[in-house]
Amino acid sequence: MRENGKARTINFHVTRYNPESDRAPYVKTYQVPVCEGMTVLDGLHNIKENLDPSLAWRYSCRMGVCGSCGMLLNGRPALACNTQILHIAETDLTVAPLPNFEIIRDLAPDLFSMFEKHRSIDPYIVRADQAEIEDPEGEFYQTPEQLEAYLQFTYCIKCGCCMAACPTLATDARYLGPMPLAAAQRYNADTRDDGRRGRNRLTGSSHGAFRCHYAGECSRVCPKGVDPAKAIQHLKRRLVLDYLHLARRKPPCEKMTGPGRGERLANIAPAPARTV
Amino acid sequence: MAELKRYDNRLGLWGWLGGGRWGVERYAYILHRLTGLGILCYFLLHIVVTSLRATGRYLWVEGQFFHRPIFKFGEFLVFAAFAYHALNGVRLVLVELGFAVGKPIEPVYPYRTSLNVQRPLLISMMVLALIFLAAGGYEFLGLAR
Repeated sequence: MRENGKARTINFHVTRYNPESDRAPYVKTYQVPVCEGMTVLDGLHNIKENLDPSLAWRYSCRMGVCGSCGMLLNGRPALACNTQILHIAETDLTVAPLPNFEIIRDLAPDLFSMFEKHRSIDPYIVRADQAEIEDPEGEFYQTPEQLEAYLQFTYCIKCGCCMAACPTLATDARYLGPMPLAAAQRYNADTRDDGRRGRNRLTGSSHGAFRCHYAGECSRVCPKGVDPAKAIQHLKRRLVLDYLHLARRKPPCEKMTGPGRGERLANIAPAPARTV
Repeated sequence: MAELKRYDNRLGLWGWLGGGRWGVERYAYILHRLTGLGILCYFLLHIVVTSLRATGRYLWVEGQFFHRPIFKFGEFLVFAAFAYHALNGVRLVLVELGFAVGKPIEPVYPYRTSLNVQRPLLISMMVLALIFLAAGGYEFLGLAR
């Protein structure tokens, strides 16, 4: 660790909370030897292995893909695995659980409220010909431009950083929040989808998209560049056009009718049995 | 299974101020809310004061209560709040109608967000607000005389 000559000790001020013994969270400080390239997640592992085995947090992939290790690092929501300690700390680093969620223990927030809101906006392709979704017999055609209209919003990893940074969500627990609203726009902008008007009932409600007043923190903290603030503004535009009956009513794209005519070839094996 | 005890970590009003990185749009957001609440308070007081006319008290006529310097400054603050709230509101209307935020793009690190795209609009509106404030200060604070 000291081979590169840049090792130093950083004070980790970690929020601790044990639901069985503590009435409220408190901060405990650990001295952690840190060298260049170490992430906050590495630092937490160091604490758990050498200083305090009772420390709890959530993580999985360690490479900024799963979205499990979202935390408040020096007051800013970020992924612990994606943040190098020496990039954000000189001598002290505060590590706290994501705000605007309940704390289960130490640094592990309960993201259930976010997933409930996400589920409520029907985050999947909704079509009248549901049989085609359940048992597809062809492909839907989309141009690259049509793909670009929603591709950016598909990169969301549901880490909850945007929900923790949102000042509106801090005072309105019923506000849907940046992640579910961006997910709604992701499907609304998809030419295969026909569920926008159904989602409008929720996204256009008093706790929907118009509660956002563009503080922009969700886009600043998003570790994947999803830009939820942009998605929400596009969602609002569509809501206004729908409300004024100015939106062009376009049916969802049809099955591909080009070469092959979208028909299933005889030698393709059937899909495996459903597991969920 | 026993119900787990949870600690509610909602930030509340502190969430307006803390919680994330301090970007200029967040300052604009906080100031927009504060000026909105300030203008609302002014309207309520305005109704109370003008309704005093029913009891024969005219506090706003020459030489009366509301001609003290502190109220002249208060008037200027109301004007400043109004100028900021109105111009920032124009920006928000444009942004919320999908103008000045750009189209969805492929997220390539370092990420560019819609905040960068609308920043010139924000700066223009704030420059306009400053011009309004200067003109208002000239008039309200008695510099015109």
